Amino acid sequence: MSTATATPSEPTPPARAAAAPGPEEGGRFAVLSRVAQGELGSLRVLLGLVVIWTIFTLANDRFLTATNLVNLSLQIAATGMISIGVVLVLLLGEIDLSVAIVSGLCAAIMAVLVEQHGWAAAPGIAAAVAAGAAIGLFQGSVVTRFGIPSFVVTLAGLIGWQGVLLWVLGSTGTVNITNPAIVDLAGKFFTGATAWIIAAAVVALFALASLDARRRRLAAGLVAATPFVVAARIAAVALVSFGVVAVLDQDRGLPVALVILIAFVVVFDYIVRRTRFGRHVLAVGGNAEAARRAGIHVDRVRIMVFVLCSALAACGGILFASRLLAVNQSSGGSDLLLLAIAGPVIAGTSLFGGRGTVWSALLGGLVIGSISNGMDLLALPSSTKYMVTGGVLLAAVVVDAAARQRRLRSGRV
Amino acid sequence: MTATTSEPLLALHGVSKRFGAVQALDGVDFDVRAGEVVGLVGDNGAGKSTLVKVMSGIYLADEGEYRWEGAARRMTGPSDATELGVATVYQDLALCDNLDVVANLFVGREERSGGPARLLRSLDEASMEKQAAELLKTLTVKLPSVRQEVGTLSGGQRQSVAIARSLIGEAKVVLLDEPTAALGVAQTEQVLALIRRLREHGLGVVVISHNLANVFDVVDRILVLRLGRKAGTYAVGDTSQEEIVAAITGAEFGVGGNGSGSGGAAPAETAR
Repeated sequence: MSTATATPSEPTPPARAAAAPGPEEGGRFAVLSRVAQGELGSLRVLLGLVVIWTIFTLANDRFLTATNLVNLSLQIAATGMISIGVVLVLLLGEIDLSVAIVSGLCAAIMAVLVEQHGWAAAPGIAAAVAAGAAIGLFQGSVVTRFGIPSFVVTLAGLIGWQGVLLWVLGSTGTVNITNPAIVDLAGKFFTGATAWIIAAAVVALFALASLDARRRRLAAGLVAATPFVVAARIAAVALVSFGVVAVLDQDRGLPVALVILIAFVVVFDYIVRRTRFGRHVLAVGGNAEAARRAGIHVDRVRIMVFVLCSALAACGGILFASRLLAVNQSSGGSDLLLLAIAGPVIAGTSLFGGRGTVWSALLGGLVIGSISNGMDLLALPSSTKYMVTGGVLLAAVVVDAAARQRRLRSGRV
Repeated sequence: MTATTSEPLLALHGVSKRFGAVQALDGVDFDVRAGEVVGLVGDNGAGKSTLVKVMSGIYLADEGEYRWEGAARRMTGPSDATELGVATVYQDLALCDNLDVVANLFVGREERSGGPARLLRSLDEASMEKQAAELLKTLTVKLPSVRQEVGTLSGGQRQSVAIARSLIGEAKVVLLDEPTAALGVAQTEQVLALIRRLREHGLGVVVISHNLANVFDVVDRILVLRLGRKAGTYAVGDTSQEEIVAAITGAEFGVGGNGSGSGGAAPAETAR
């Protein structure tokens, strides 16, 4: 059977024979398989979003107005921020049940420092994020050092940090936020030219990045996306960016909180997909033993992810405090934990680790936010809201599990 | 198919390893040269896995010498072996099914493009993909795409990726633990062809296998282990499978078997 060896490795035979993994083959199949596996997932969510928006628009014509869409984006900003951290932890195949209460606790720390001890906004925010990172470092260390499931460790955190939150808030139990810089986070909007410049900058950045990636692939002699495809992608991003600004500008404008959220999503998406650390997170989530044998410091990666997750929870808590103009004993409570975890899962991030994107934090938040917002407009009772949200989450998890079973049947995990 | 008669790449002299009351290895000699495929066979518990783990640095021998390209080395762990150029492909392959072929080939040694912020430096996907495609091409490994998720590949393709990965570093010796165990006929042939290509590229290859037919197909030399001892080395050209089976089981008429075991009555099918 050594006939194969007779073919010397001559530079790129023109034939498109199905033999060696020619780069040509690579390009075309990769697109197909990505549509089938990854991007179809996002597409599914977008379709779901269209359905949800259509239903609510038909039920109440105020749903798709600029005013309501501004409200919606403000509603999802904080939860979406927490969800970014949840995505990172889910990619590892772990879970963090303490994110919501950690967001409340860190917001409380910021509020007390700024409002009661006279700190400026920036150091106050930095202290809150640092506190979040420290909490993540602690929880991540316990998980890796003692090999306890993160579920249990963060469940203990969920209860314990609630106690710390009450202690930090003291006897009054509530701290109002008056610091203008913090209030502005969720209370300020980019309008007119500023908003359009931001949208243009986003499009320009995306265009530069795509063109650079294409140039590199061509320089390496690989097949890259055709100019038409690249142009189409850039056009799509431009359409969405300018579309969002055009709509939101009819009302109060582009919320600062939304811009912050999207900036965080873009940065963490880059970290997950394009950096060595992100690749290691995916490898550990896919097969921790394989990652260990490949020389990856698995525990270090795990701890780092818990640090990032809790720090992002702190950022989310700050946005929440800014929107509510207060931190109180119920901050980080109620259904925040459920929503922060449900969002990414609804948008296709697997609970089994290794599969998912940071964008699912934003998309999933949008789905859950839309359902909640729409039902509020229809004045439906909380009972219905909870039941519908629960049903959507269950459906999403079933889809995830079914996809996993298909993979198990067709090959291995 | 005789190997080059140079200094062995990797040689073990008088290696012993004991686990509590069990003498897993007892004064075993072993060597593999560049461009040579050595088969390691033996019954269950004969010490094959222990010997491979000594080679890959996972176990440290109680006694004996570890020589690399003629020089004695002190091993302290698997990273020592990796640094020397010993790559191990485990039976469970240790692939990340959620990552594509390129990512799996480079996992743990990803390449990055230049840039100021060290932590945020991006992966050089273009360079890695190019190298991956070239490597797989020289090995004539057939895959639908180097960007396909490894979890969607067939068993033979996965095995090929696992073997190819060991060549991304500067490996000179590749240890393969049961490379054909879970494969069908066509896929087994694919992997055996790949092993031959490793030999053509001048690597030393050590294959552990239960399947004597496969071993005879691809190796130059067979080392038989029995009860932790070397029962003999055989050049494939002048040995029959029966002789090997006899050596494995310790039957009376074996060339290297001295009959110290009581396996004379063992069925010839033991080797399965």
